[in-house]
Amino acid sequence: MGESRWWLISLAAAALMVVLLTIHMGLMHLTGLLRATGVDLGDVRSFAEVTARGRSVTQLVFYLLLLAAALYHGLYGLRSVLLEVTPPRGQGLISGLVLLAGLVAFAYGAYVTVRTFTG
Amino acid sequence: MRKQAAPDSAAATVTLRVFRFHPEAAASPRYQDYRVPAAPGMTVLEALVCIKEHLDATLAYRSSCRMGICGSCGMFVNGFPRLACQTQVQTLGSLVQVGPLPNYPVIRDVVPDLEPMVTHHAAVRPFIIRDEREQEPPTTEYLQTPGELEAYLQFAYCIKCGLCLAACPTVATDPAFTGPQALAQAYRYSADSRDWGFTARRAAVDHPHGLWRCHLAGACTEACPKGVDPALAIQLLKRLALAAALGMGRRRPAPLAPPPVAVQRRPDIPAPPPPIVGASPAADPT
Repeated sequence: MGESRWWLISLAAAALMVVLLTIHMGLMHLTGLLRATGVDLGDVRSFAEVTARGRSVTQLVFYLLLLAAALYHGLYGLRSVLLEVTPPRGQGLISGLVLLAGLVAFAYGAYVTVRTFTG
Repeated sequence: MRKQAAPDSAAATVTLRVFRFHPEAAASPRYQDYRVPAAPGMTVLEALVCIKEHLDATLAYRSSCRMGICGSCGMFVNGFPRLACQTQVQTLGSLVQVGPLPNYPVIRDVVPDLEPMVTHHAAVRPFIIRDEREQEPPTTEYLQTPGELEAYLQFAYCIKCGLCLAACPTVATDPAFTGPQALAQAYRYSADSRDWGFTARRAAVDHPHGLWRCHLAGACTEACPKGVDPALAIQLLKRLALAAALGMGRRRPAPLAPPPVAVQRRPDIPAPPPPIVGASPAADPT
């Protein structure tokens, strides 16, 4: 697979993040702003609300997608920066380490999300 | 140490501070000053010729055409990659510093080893690729509209002087980077309506040290003495690569012109010689 395809996936991940992050920020952190526009979501960050949302399939898919997109986009950018400052001989190792870090981070994030879903 | 050429009463004198390095002598690099009479219109290359003829015959530099066509005399003049034959001394002030192009190994004095550029250039297969035997030997012409010519013409002006690689900050940090010259030429041939070779060329440019390593600093375009704009070519090449990654953008290569019908050669125009490439042994006149 050529580098263009990895770059294209990074671009798609960024586009996906624009949508998912907007929804996340709106529902989680900008409730005051929504309230001002007449939309009252209640106390979205209370324990009961968080656990209730965590048990929905929509929430599970939403956050797994956001996790994958953010990790891929961020780590692809990190790899690009690291490749700039790494001698050619060490570049395979850099790509491998970044991939490993991404897989570990995704596994951990997915574990938390799935555990919340299953209760 | 400062040497001075015979003074010319009509000319101002400038000091050329020239990089000197002889690897075989194992001497460390140094700069040497020469005072040269600079007549109006005198170029840096002419000043170097003056030094070699009158002051120091050991000075090494590379040049050929003296008119900005061959690309031989690329040098680092006052901190900027330029063609010495296209740079007038009097535009540079009273002190002109001349060094070899950065980002290349130095052979001697201001002579760079352009092998890295040539290697990358050859790797992108800078020629028209078609999966047919028409190219060898040709029987007719490929049809191309003026618009199709415009798509690549600007990038065909590259004279392979190597100034763009000397200016490129990415080449400075990544020796494996394909470089603006080769990437621009990859686009030049891929954008040619007669070419059907981007798939064959893609492996040479679409890798971690290829077109995505370009950060669009634009230094290559600023340095290019022929207005090629390699930075633009690289961005257009990225578009081609993305289209290919998505399975889009395939085009039909330029068609062959129909063979002439009922045309008679004028008796005063000689017939062309028989083809020597791809000709059958039976047709060999020897």
